Amino acid sequence: MMSCLRATERMSQSLDQKLPLTERVQLKLHLLMCKRCERCQQQMELLHRVCRKRSDQSADN
Amino acid sequence: MAEVLLDIAERLEALRPRLLAFARLQLVDESLAEDRVQDALLAAYEARENFSGGSKFETWVFAILKNKIIDEIRRRQRELTTQFDADQVVEVDAMFDERAHWVSGKQPEHWVQPESSYLNEQFWQVFDVCVFHLPEGTARVFTMRELLGVETKEICDSLGLSQQNVWVMLHRARLKIRGCLERGWFGREALPK
Repeated sequence: MMSCLRATERMSQSLDQKLPLTERVQLKLHLLMCKRCERCQQQMELLHRVCRKRSDQSADN
Repeated sequence: MAEVLLDIAERLEALRPRLLAFARLQLVDESLAEDRVQDALLAAYEARENFSGGSKFETWVFAILKNKIIDEIRRRQRELTTQFDADQVVEVDAMFDERAHWVSGKQPEHWVQPESSYLNEQFWQVFDVCVFHLPEGTARVFTMRELLGVETKEICDSLGLSQQNVWVMLHRARLKIRGCLERGWFGREALPK
């Protein structure tokens, strides 16, 4: 099974480009079994959205 | 007509503090940030007739500033290359054990009301501090990617970095900021409000 460190690398990368199918499946399997990484993924995605907001918000205030 | 021009100049001037705060976040160097904001204000003033009114005026000025900042980062690529060392983000090494699993106490915790945080000005102060605390090179790559919305391929080209290098830096930056936001904001359940 993929390690947590590896899983966090993949989830980070998936925010920048589409992962190859095998890696997507491996990551998905890991996330199904690992609560900590599942949480990490949600939070990285939130961070990604927060950054968008930061840019837009600077312009929208 | 004179009134309209005055109006634009005043609106631009009123935007200056927020433009500056944004530029500082990307460029770190205070005087460079001021210079690029000045450039952007002038450019916006000169191009005022191009403002279509289709987007918000503020959004339009910020887009001009973003381009000035990206140009600035590109200009400085050579002097910065040596500083692109993701290993400086040492906190990440402490997050995982020898089997590359989460170290107990460093794992992601439940976040309190993550989606409504945008509305809180204090949240953004915490956010800015977390980004500021990244090593300079990593901060540069992170802000280019996440705050300026530049694709990784383009970051590689402008900064002369390999794709792998950029991914490593983004990965470490995200993990560090995640932890920083958790300590400074989302894990605040235990703290007095």
